[in-house]
Amino acid sequence: MEPHVSHKNRLWLYTLTGLVLVFLVLPTLIVLPMSFSSANSLAFPPPGWSLRWYENFFGQAKWLEAAWVSLRVAFGTTILATVAGTAAAYGLHVGTFSLRGTIYSVLVAPLAIPAILLAIGMFFVYASAGLLNTLTGLVIAHTLVAIPFVIITMTAGFKTYDLSQEMVARSLGANRLYAFFTVTLPQVKFPVISSALLAFIVSFDEVVISVFISSGQQSTLTKVMFQTLRDDVDPTIAAVSALMLVLATVPPLALQLLTGSGEKS
Amino acid sequence: MAAVTASQLADNERALAADERRESRQLFQLAIPALVIVTILMVAPIGWLFSLSFVGEDGGLSVENFTRIVTDGAYVSIFANTFQVALLVTLVCVLLGYPVAYVLTILPDRWSRLVMLAVLVPFWTSLLVRTYAWLVLLQRRGIVNTGLDALGLIDRPLPLVHNMTGVVIGMVHIMLPFLIMPLFSSMKAIDGNLMRAAANLGSSPSHAFFRVFLPLSVPRLIAGTMMVFVMCLGFYITPALLGGGKVQMIAQRIEASLSLYPTWGPASALAVVLLALTGGFLLLSFAIVRRLTAGR
Repeated sequence: MEPHVSHKNRLWLYTLTGLVLVFLVLPTLIVLPMSFSSANSLAFPPPGWSLRWYENFFGQAKWLEAAWVSLRVAFGTTILATVAGTAAAYGLHVGTFSLRGTIYSVLVAPLAIPAILLAIGMFFVYASAGLLNTLTGLVIAHTLVAIPFVIITMTAGFKTYDLSQEMVARSLGANRLYAFFTVTLPQVKFPVISSALLAFIVSFDEVVISVFISSGQQSTLTKVMFQTLRDDVDPTIAAVSALMLVLATVPPLALQLLTGSGEKS
Repeated sequence: MAAVTASQLADNERALAADERRESRQLFQLAIPALVIVTILMVAPIGWLFSLSFVGEDGGLSVENFTRIVTDGAYVSIFANTFQVALLVTLVCVLLGYPVAYVLTILPDRWSRLVMLAVLVPFWTSLLVRTYAWLVLLQRRGIVNTGLDALGLIDRPLPLVHNMTGVVIGMVHIMLPFLIMPLFSSMKAIDGNLMRAAANLGSSPSHAFFRVFLPLSVPRLIAGTMMVFVMCLGFYITPALLGGGKVQMIAQRIEASLSLYPTWGPASALAVVLLALTGGFLLLSFAIVRRLTAGR
């Protein structure tokens, strides 16, 4: 920025940043070696290597069922949240109706409400609506949490897109729907993919609400993990964590590199 | 060609206006599915909480759940605990996050993108995965303790987890990206020419920073700080797992109340208080930021 400040003078600033980055990244990464530990403890570094925790995970119905529940819920949430959120973001971006600001605020409001409140409130409502411990209940709940992320990502996406292209298509005879799908959508495909990924991860990683509204056969992976971490720390958690880490970080990182942008909502 | 009459023109205009109204209506309808999901799922549970919070143990209408929160010493200490943790976490986040966000603005693009990636990795990682990692790192014989021991800095293992320290470390790890990302985007918007102008006018780099850059970044810093603080108030998972039962925060108490009392009133009342606190602090931060940015 200012040419007369050498990078050397900023050494302490860079050192601090480096330490903070280590603090941020390292804890996330240690679960990878932990998952291959041979020890029945939390010892780190592991005294030896084995695949026993992965065998444990893939060999126990408890874990596999929970993972299957989480995957289905995440897929349902991705579809519902991405479609509903993208449609709303488009309507709000293109439309000229009043109340647009208000609607936007309402749609991103779930972000500001503590998860515990939604969790306990949904627990009460679901208890009387018969939605406790159901996939439907989980999908709806997670969609609520995911929609703000889709709205924010898609609104930013539509802003970078020149709407007059769609106008051109329409002036050449395409109807609005056709113009949207053939002209607009292909150009906002990265935001759409980002939104879908975000929705998937938000759902797959969601803990608080899942802990309250899912149990037994319909427990999500996060619910089982939470219980295991609270009651007795079974090293199988390390294998689960490593799998979750790969599932949750690889696609977004790939997308980040692909689009080559440092921006993120 | 026949002359276009005034009435034909008016007809045209009316038709166009009708078209526009129809289109506006259609665009509005696009937002309806999302709106329905969000409103029903937000309003129903929260409304339910409100109504339940006024139901007493005998099933009648009462404010006993709220009076209990104010008079019972156990609740007072839970609120004190919650604020203490939230304040500590927020403070550490600001002290660590502000310099990092600043460095992000002065680094060359290639480097800042890499740093941003490092900030985002934990953001993308499951909360439970990270909590587990901290359990491993911070335990009595964990790598942090053995490392400090090897360096000769400590004689016996420090109690780093299952207490307040563990909770604060775990929560800072979660909240830091939430502070760094908005701070960075607002700092990027600060015109670099202002700093150059300050330097031109004879100001030293640190003087320019404190008199020009810092004041310009303050509104978003306050907004981000308040946001972090508010989010901390509602934490449940991290204190439950890293606190070892020694750090009770509001959310854990809400969960405990569900099993402790035969009715859902006490838990709901606590939830309502938490919601009021959250909403209150958010409105306050909006007001402060509006005040600070007014006249810019």
